[in-house]
Amino acid sequence: MSSLRIRLSLVLLVATGFVWLFASAWIYSESNAEIERVLDTRLQESARMVASLVMPSNASDVDRLVAKGNATALSGRYEHQLSCQIWSFDGKLITKSSGAPDEALAGTVDGFTERLIGGEPWRVFTVEDHEKGIRVMVGDSLTLRHRLITDLLKGLLLPLALIIPLLAFVIWGSISAGLRPIDAIVRELRSRSADDIKPLTSKNSPQEIRPLVEELNKLFVDVDAARQHERELTAFAAHELRTPLAGLKTQAQIAIATSDQHVREEALRQIVFSIDRTSRLIQQILTTARIDAAVSTGRLKLVDLRGLLQEIIAEHPSGKHDICLELDNCPASIETNRELLILALRNLHENAIQHVPVGGSVIWSCVVTGGRRVLVLKDTGPGIPEDELPLVFNRFFRGRHKTGIGSGLGLAIVNIALKRLGATIVLRNRDDGSGLHTEITLPEIQRSGDNFSI
Amino acid sequence: MRILVVEDDPVIASGLRNGLGLSGGVVDVVSTCADAREAVLSTSFDAIVLDVMLPDGSGLDWLAELRKSEDKTPVIVLTALDEVSDRIGGLDRGADDYLGKPFDLDELAARVRAIARRKEGRASAHLVSGDVVLDPASLTATSVNGEAKLSPREAAILLALMKRPGDIRSKNELEAVMYGWQEGAESNTVEVHIHNLRMKIGRDTIETVRGLGYRMKVRST
Repeated sequence: MSSLRIRLSLVLLVATGFVWLFASAWIYSESNAEIERVLDTRLQESARMVASLVMPSNASDVDRLVAKGNATALSGRYEHQLSCQIWSFDGKLITKSSGAPDEALAGTVDGFTERLIGGEPWRVFTVEDHEKGIRVMVGDSLTLRHRLITDLLKGLLLPLALIIPLLAFVIWGSISAGLRPIDAIVRELRSRSADDIKPLTSKNSPQEIRPLVEELNKLFVDVDAARQHERELTAFAAHELRTPLAGLKTQAQIAIATSDQHVREEALRQIVFSIDRTSRLIQQILTTARIDAAVSTGRLKLVDLRGLLQEIIAEHPSGKHDICLELDNCPASIETNRELLILALRNLHENAIQHVPVGGSVIWSCVVTGGRRVLVLKDTGPGIPEDELPLVFNRFFRGRHKTGIGSGLGLAIVNIALKRLGATIVLRNRDDGSGLHTEITLPEIQRSGDNFSI
Repeated sequence: MRILVVEDDPVIASGLRNGLGLSGGVVDVVSTCADAREAVLSTSFDAIVLDVMLPDGSGLDWLAELRKSEDKTPVIVLTALDEVSDRIGGLDRGADDYLGKPFDLDELAARVRAIARRKEGRASAHLVSGDVVLDPASLTATSVNGEAKLSPREAAILLALMKRPGDIRSKNELEAVMYGWQEGAESNTVEVHIHNLRMKIGRDTIETVRGLGYRMKVRST
């Protein structure tokens, strides 16, 4: 059932109905017992009264007495129906009240009995007076008693039947009034355009709805940030892709237009280089988008740091540089997300070998300070101008020492990936100006790390 | 036509050097604002092709600086920042034209020719002197000898001479329109090109002024 209003109305209506029915049933059973008791007592009293008043010579007074005892108790629909008979012990009907059947109301048993007389059930109380030699029977038609009880029940149920539609109407109205704050939110949301995700006003919301509104607002903020982020990345990517495309197009047009063999070959070489650069740029943009969208899933495993670095170094064979691994202080393995770590270290390694001049060196080493492992990468490249250091992690930032193949995304990827791993990175120029010094502080050893994967 | 390209992307820079050279331009390439500043001090250019995002700052800032120093060299801004607001900003800061990346090489060459000729006060794409008509776009010259296809360097010399027919152009001036900084001129190349031009458009169209240089012969009326 999707409508809260219908659902609440029905629940309330059914619940109210149930309570009412239960109450009616209870009242019915209690009243039933009470009425039976009261009427029985009256039968008893009437019989005793008649017995005490009867003179053997004066038995005809019975009728009057019984009528008198009755008249004050019941009237209208319930008038009558006590019947009285006085029998002698020898089985002779001495007298009876008017309207009483001729047949004996009961047997010779003392006390209450029930029997069918003329097809009708009767409840009879019998008193024996041994001194006077009479047996007084006072009877009550059970049909009448049942009518009394049925009427009582009707009195209870009839108003319910009449009130239920009214109750439904009142419940419906009350719920509508109660749901008004939700309606207001729905109206506000509906009147918005799809782009409009400014927060809802939670000030006037009732406290039950406020958490919902607040969570919704939090979601709006997150969605807005994500959208903004995506927009920026797309704009940047579009912008960054235009430059290599412009180069490609220009060189291709030259290759078509020139008649000079050397110029054409040069143009084709530039095209190949440009395609490599563009592919790398696209790959880096996709990587950035992927680690941006990374969700936390537990894919931590033990990673052999030395093996991982050796793998990265092997991927980038370079005869022009001296590449060293000094990992004596390094733990054999660390528990981390392998994909993210290799992504970060590979980008750093690529940066280093791209910037180091022929004959320069790239050195990976490891130190432990304050219980934390620090991976150090030293290169003999040109370093990064001091004023550019705070900017290098920005997306698409390319400084003065950029290389032709650089995308401006490498260090941004490194930064995001390491953040996900709980690691931190610091870049600084070596004190003697002989290159760049990079420190990656890995998360504390006891810590299991954030469970991120890409 | 001497063109300065301020572009830090090596592929585009080499593309512009060769591409604009195909249509008779002599292209000098620098990659920073600082180098561009130096270049305009030492050489007079017919047009500048300027990128916006340069390693040492915005090309538009340098352009504003250039205009402040009363330099009227036509500038076409070439950039990946291709929003309308960027274009307006660029034009308002002193650019003569604006082209977004990626661009068409032929269109760029045509736009460069257009801004350069506007600076010279010409509206027509063709130059006329006596019987000679030069079309710099197609590197062809029409004369009494008919239509002749010129090499880029021949066209550059003829263009320089025909910009102001009657004015004498020295040999050094003519060398400057044929070669950029990186290219060394051979001692007699101007003479060789003038000789070839005379073969193509008529012996008496270009006059040698002994000891001074060359000029287009203006028919006395």
